[in-house]
Amino acid sequence: MEHLIASAVAVMTAAGIYLTLSQGTFTIVMGLTLLTYATNLFLFTMGRLAANQPGIIFDPTAAHADPIPQALVLTAIVISFGMTALLLVMSVRGYFESDGDAVDLLGPEETVARNRQ
Amino acid sequence: MSLALIVLLPFLGSVLPALMIRSGRDACAIATGSINTLALALLLTNLPAVLRGEVVRADWPWMSRLGLDIQFFVDGLGLLFAGMISGIGLLVVLYARFYLSDGDTMGNFYTYLLLFQGAMVGIVLSNNVLLMLIFWELTSLSSFLLIGFWGHTTAGRQGARMALTVTGGGGLALIGGMLLLGHIAGTFELTGILTSGDTIRDSTLYPWALGLILVGCFTKSAQFPFHFWLPHAMAAPTPVSAYLHSATMVKAGIFLMARLWPVLSGTEWWFYIVATTGLVTMLVAAAFALFEDDLKSLLAYSTVSHLGLMTMLLGFSTPMAVVACVLHIINHATFKAALFMNTGIVDHEAGTRDLRKLGGLIHLMPVTATLGMLAAASMGGLPLLSGFLSKEMMLEEASHTVWAGSTWVLPALVTLAAVLSMAYSLRYIAHLYLGKQRDDYPQPPHDPGIGLTLPPCLLVMLVVLIGLFPETFVGTTVRFASAAVLQAPLPEFHLAIWHGWTPAVLMSAIAIVAGLSVLLAFGVIREHWTRLPVPVGKSIFDACIDVLAATSRAVGARLHNGSLQRYLFVLIATTLIMGVWAFLRHEHAPGQRPLMPVNGVVLVAWFLLMGSCFLVIRHHADRLLALIIVNVIGLIASLGFVYLSAPDLALTQISVEVVTLILMLLALYFLPKHSITAVAQAVRVRHGVLSVLGGAAAGGLTWMMMTRDSESISEYYWEHALAGSGGRNVVNVIIVDFRGFDTFGEIMVLGIAALIIYAMLEGMLRGETLTKLASWNSDQRYSPNRHPLVMVVVTRLMLPLALMVSVFIFLRGHNMPGGGFIAALVVAIALIMQYMASGFGWAAKQVRFDYHALIGGGALIAAATGISAMVLDVPFLTSGHDHFHLPLIGEVELSSTIAFDLGVFLTVVGGVMLALAQLSYLGENTAREKMNEEPMDFDPSTRRAQPHSVATAAAADATLSQPETEQAAAGSDATQPPKEL
Amino acid sequence: MNHWLILPILLPAIVAPLLAMAVRHDIVLARVYSVGSTVLLVLIGLLQVWMASDGTTRTYSLGNWAAPFGIVLVLDRLAAIMLLLTAVLGLFVLLYAINGCDRRGRHFHALFQFQLMGLNGAFLTGDLFNLFVFFEVLLIASYGLMIHGGGAARTRAAIQYVVVNLVGSSLFLFALGLIYGVTGTLNMADLATKVPQVDSGNQALLYTGATLLLIVFGIKAAMVPLHFWLPGTYANAAGPVAALFSVMTKVGAYGIIRVFILAFGPQDSEQHWFIAEWLMPSAAVTLVLGMIGVVAARSLSQQSGFAALASMGTVMIAVAGFTPQTESAALYYLIHSTLAIAALFLVVDAVTIRRPGLGDALTSGPKFAHLGLIGSMFFVAVIAVAGMPPLSGFTGKLLILDATMGLRGWGWIWAVVLGTSLLAIISFASSGSMIFWKSTSVDGQFVAPQRPPIALPMVAIGSILAVLFLFTAFSPAVNQYLDATAEQLFDTHQYIRAVLGGEELASS
Repeated sequence: MEHLIASAVAVMTAAGIYLTLSQGTFTIVMGLTLLTYATNLFLFTMGRLAANQPGIIFDPTAAHADPIPQALVLTAIVISFGMTALLLVMSVRGYFESDGDAVDLLGPEETVARNRQ
Repeated sequence: MSLALIVLLPFLGSVLPALMIRSGRDACAIATGSINTLALALLLTNLPAVLRGEVVRADWPWMSRLGLDIQFFVDGLGLLFAGMISGIGLLVVLYARFYLSDGDTMGNFYTYLLLFQGAMVGIVLSNNVLLMLIFWELTSLSSFLLIGFWGHTTAGRQGARMALTVTGGGGLALIGGMLLLGHIAGTFELTGILTSGDTIRDSTLYPWALGLILVGCFTKSAQFPFHFWLPHAMAAPTPVSAYLHSATMVKAGIFLMARLWPVLSGTEWWFYIVATTGLVTMLVAAAFALFEDDLKSLLAYSTVSHLGLMTMLLGFSTPMAVVACVLHIINHATFKAALFMNTGIVDHEAGTRDLRKLGGLIHLMPVTATLGMLAAASMGGLPLLSGFLSKEMMLEEASHTVWAGSTWVLPALVTLAAVLSMAYSLRYIAHLYLGKQRDDYPQPPHDPGIGLTLPPCLLVMLVVLIGLFPETFVGTTVRFASAAVLQAPLPEFHLAIWHGWTPAVLMSAIAIVAGLSVLLAFGVIREHWTRLPVPVGKSIFDACIDVLAATSRAVGARLHNGSLQRYLFVLIATTLIMGVWAFLRHEHAPGQRPLMPVNGVVLVAWFLLMGSCFLVIRHHADRLLALIIVNVIGLIASLGFVYLSAPDLALTQISVEVVTLILMLLALYFLPKHSITAVAQAVRVRHGVLSVLGGAAAGGLTWMMMTRDSESISEYYWEHALAGSGGRNVVNVIIVDFRGFDTFGEIMVLGIAALIIYAMLEGMLRGETLTKLASWNSDQRYSPNRHPLVMVVVTRLMLPLALMVSVFIFLRGHNMPGGGFIAALVVAIALIMQYMASGFGWAAKQVRFDYHALIGGGALIAAATGISAMVLDVPFLTSGHDHFHLPLIGEVELSSTIAFDLGVFLTVVGGVMLALAQLSYLGENTAREKMNEEPMDFDPSTRRAQPHSVATAAAADATLSQPETEQAAAGSDATQPPKEL
Repeated sequence: MNHWLILPILLPAIVAPLLAMAVRHDIVLARVYSVGSTVLLVLIGLLQVWMASDGTTRTYSLGNWAAPFGIVLVLDRLAAIMLLLTAVLGLFVLLYAINGCDRRGRHFHALFQFQLMGLNGAFLTGDLFNLFVFFEVLLIASYGLMIHGGGAARTRAAIQYVVVNLVGSSLFLFALGLIYGVTGTLNMADLATKVPQVDSGNQALLYTGATLLLIVFGIKAAMVPLHFWLPGTYANAAGPVAALFSVMTKVGAYGIIRVFILAFGPQDSEQHWFIAEWLMPSAAVTLVLGMIGVVAARSLSQQSGFAALASMGTVMIAVAGFTPQTESAALYYLIHSTLAIAALFLVVDAVTIRRPGLGDALTSGPKFAHLGLIGSMFFVAVIAVAGMPPLSGFTGKLLILDATMGLRGWGWIWAVVLGTSLLAIISFASSGSMIFWKSTSVDGQFVAPQRPPIALPMVAIGSILAVLFLFTAFSPAVNQYLDATAEQLFDTHQYIRAVLGGEELASS
């Protein structure tokens, strides 16, 4: 099992990095999403793996998964959701303000030109 | 006390002129003058003590941990300099009053002048080298303002910048030097340092300290090769030049060398660096001065030359040389100030400073001429004038100084310098005043009023009196000042015009004769001079600055080229390198934890995941497809959570997936559907390699961690969840209670995100973006049937169901998988479905609550829950709980965390809906035909039918549907027309 | 129960939603609320600096769950200083911003308060994951402020800023995962007790996590080569926003000082800090690159941005010394540079809005309104930034030079610190004379659409500079406090005792 999880983290991270390194904002968002999946899975596994031992108390003596990483991942998921939404809309706006959704910054001259407005 | 006040007074008073100018130039000048006089008077109160041979001190501890205390002291040297600074300062104030024209902002001028004076006095009275540094740099700054006073002229600006760069830079070197010096001496108190000369000279750091300090002094005192800034500082108004270049700024370097003479001098290093630099400066500058046609430039170079002379004398390291230096300091201050003022008068009256346009002025302005000629004669060193005395002593000293084993080199060169200086002094006299009167002066010259004549007149009187009766007038001063420099008993000497037949007499005789002949043959000599390739300091300086700027620009452009790929690449690469570095230099042992068995289902899921990842890389250019695949990956991940006993995670992940998908489709609707794939092969390979490495690293870490046993604090939660917080779902208890504060921050993040999204989209509905939107048409393929009947009905039916489900999920959250967040997403999905199915207009009409209020309210409820605990004087977010029995749901642990969870719920619903609604509202402003009044309508006439995936339809419908502004206004705030904010 | 500790977080956390919910349509009301809350924050900050001055480390267990199981807020001298600094900066920037800048987009004040909340939370929390959460709060608020006002260049810069920081957040989670996976705790104090007990086989994983954490803080602190986000962001953000951001980079510095001194101190007897090997050179390069950028800049805002980068370099040079003296000097310069850079950005904004068509481009144009006054403000601000006397930049550099003396390669450190100051002098002299002197020779006058207000903005800038003067004048007291702070930082046992109580300490 551990091999599968580890390789999953690896592949998702790789894919995430690769897409994040591309040019269009939307692709970058997808890359970051993959990166988030990988991160969350990684963080989750820091509690080690456990099958069919949900962190719910029926019998206090029963074996159970480490609940902390799950709680952390929950928070992480929510936060990254907010971030993704924000970045998406930002890219829409960027697209309408400067044609194309490329992410490279304008050169200093243009920056100066910006200030002239 | 009075000491500090002497320094402080000019600073405090500097505001006065800037204000007094409002009541007239005279008032302004008088105010300034009175401050000046007061400072001078205060200074003279210390005279008796100094004459009694005492050293007056004033100490206040300040940054003692650094050794930087407010310490002042005055002895002979300090008194002499402070006196010159304040005295000549007073004259300059008077002179400037009549020199400056109505166009000049006299208030600022006097303000700068006082600032500068305060800084100068500070330097010469500081008893703490670090304190001295502060004043040192202050002189650079205030002189920058003075030299650039005529900022509208190019010369003024350049001169000011050059002066600041050179002297300020030297100051920085001085900082290093002083810190070293204090470190060696073990104290930063000057009087303390002066007593530890041997320690300093023996220290291994001595050469460094000496070098850095000398750089500071040489730059300030315009020694070769740092001399070039001084002539360009002549762009300043003449009163400034008269002040800066006679007694003050340029003397600061000399002062410091004299001050530190007892501890630094007497070594080979000192002699060869200081004496040689002085000599070279004296010679070179004198030569330059001779051939300058601009009067001020001539004086500027002569100043440099004389500074070189003083530096050289200090370099000799003999007591008599010091005495000569001190005497020359006084003389130079007097005659040079007089000469600058004199030049200023000529400039002021005749309208030019160019020697070629002048001459024979003695007939038109006799008074000015007399003063000028006397001062110049003293500068050249003609007998019976002050300059002659110090020069004689200098020649005397030079005549028996051995340089690099040779007895004649130095005397010869010094004599040559004397000849040159005699020559340019005579030239000043002859080419300016003598000769026949001309008729082509730019202005008709005549003697100016008393205001301009008095200051130089007083100075020239001094020159003459000192020249005639040296002992009477400067004997004591020189003795006390020299004693202060030497910090040792004085040698026997007597100031007199005639010392008998010494080598010096011969040398000055040569100087006079040769000087005269040079002047007579001036034309010829100039011919040869102009043919010489003379390097110009300014052009070199400018070249350096340009190179600096060019290289910086190049580096900047190369590094910060605005490419995000580049930035991320470097960032990730750095992370990898450093991670590996850290990993390798620490111990690592493989883990022993038994592995978990694999079953078929998981394996299938894994293959699915792998496949999707490769697909997404392969097809990321087709964004829609890629998006679907990404979501598939997300779903697999959430299934993984189910399997790995994290039901809450799974639920959350899935619901987030759905919302994210909708959001991304909405966004994609506005964005290009295909990415730019024009990426160079090399780049792709580079990125690929980095990604693989990154993935490997992440996977490796995961593997290593999973395969080793862990001990953590988690047992505590397992034990306390039920008892302490009355919840069976430990994960939920953690996020709402144990670590509720995280959740508190988390919902804030979500709320903020929604607000920003709203602000951004709202901002798009005006200006050019609006016009772009209006003229914009999506390349999306449309469904002919925008609001399919089935979908509408289903969603309508779903709504109440979904709400019930969410209530259920919400309530059981504390004990079973669920909770506020998931419940909120369910509601949000149900609502957004209405928008999709029935169109924005209709939905917005039904949805009557204000999303902003939901966000804010939710956050406030969460906060209030926490605060209610504080009322009971237990910490923020402390929970309380009790049992209730609800029908259908059964036993419910109703704890205060429910209220907190409610806050979460509301914020999330508000946030998600605000974002989604506002985004789809954007569609209204795109070029589009009239939208639906009723939930179910379609007009096949307008669009071609095309096959397409459900997701596309959903997206298209969600965004195609659009509100009527006023309807929407009734509903979500998101759709209100932008108010004036 | 000492509820003072939570106030710096709670107050903005309540005001901000109110602003977003109730008063978002009335700018005047919004301003009143916003300024009022910030003033209160300043008062609270003062109180807390006073409270912390007795040397005790106060804790506040949220939800009444004892550390390390619950989240705990910790108020020691360092935290108090950062809180006060943030509040003071926030107040003056806010006063400047209400000259109309806050109207150029929605929700400025709400975001501003959220920003303060995030910063205060980051400074107060004693829990690593909670630190992550507050990082996200302050980051997302900063995204909103960054985009405030809009414009093509600004939006693109914002996108870059966001993307880089999102990657940073992922790294943060990786780091936390590793640290938790090895030590099984998230509480900083508990971590400090666990790290020495980690058995050798797990060292590599633990310190890899620590290094990732260092990278995360490094990104925030804009350490070369993680600095690339800074120039674009600062140059393109609205003036007041950039001014507020001058404290954002300091959060990274704070993180390094707090976490690494507490938990990842020297492992061996000869006081060898494994992170210093990277930190010191990187800091030096940051300083140099920053100043090169200052020379190369084509607009005032770029110049100020790179000046901010350089100031971080200077701060981090001191931080990387990892002795009480250097940390004290670092904090001194940190406070100074935060205020100085902020003042500079505000002055630049004042110029920009008065030169329609030219903005802050480094080219001379006609005279503009209030040239003299703004010019003098610029002069003073630049003196502070360049580290010339009589302002604290000078004393700060002296402190750093003095503290670094004798460290490995201190000769080079001195050369860099002093040499770069020269670059600053050169380039600021040229840009200042270009904008304020040469412009007087160009005839004509800018006709601003509506004459921008002068009184309040100038009061705001003036107050920052006045604070700098006071800061310099009272340096002895400040030094005393900072020295005590540094000692407290290195006395980790006292921190651990305060958070966990005695018995955990005994076990370590």
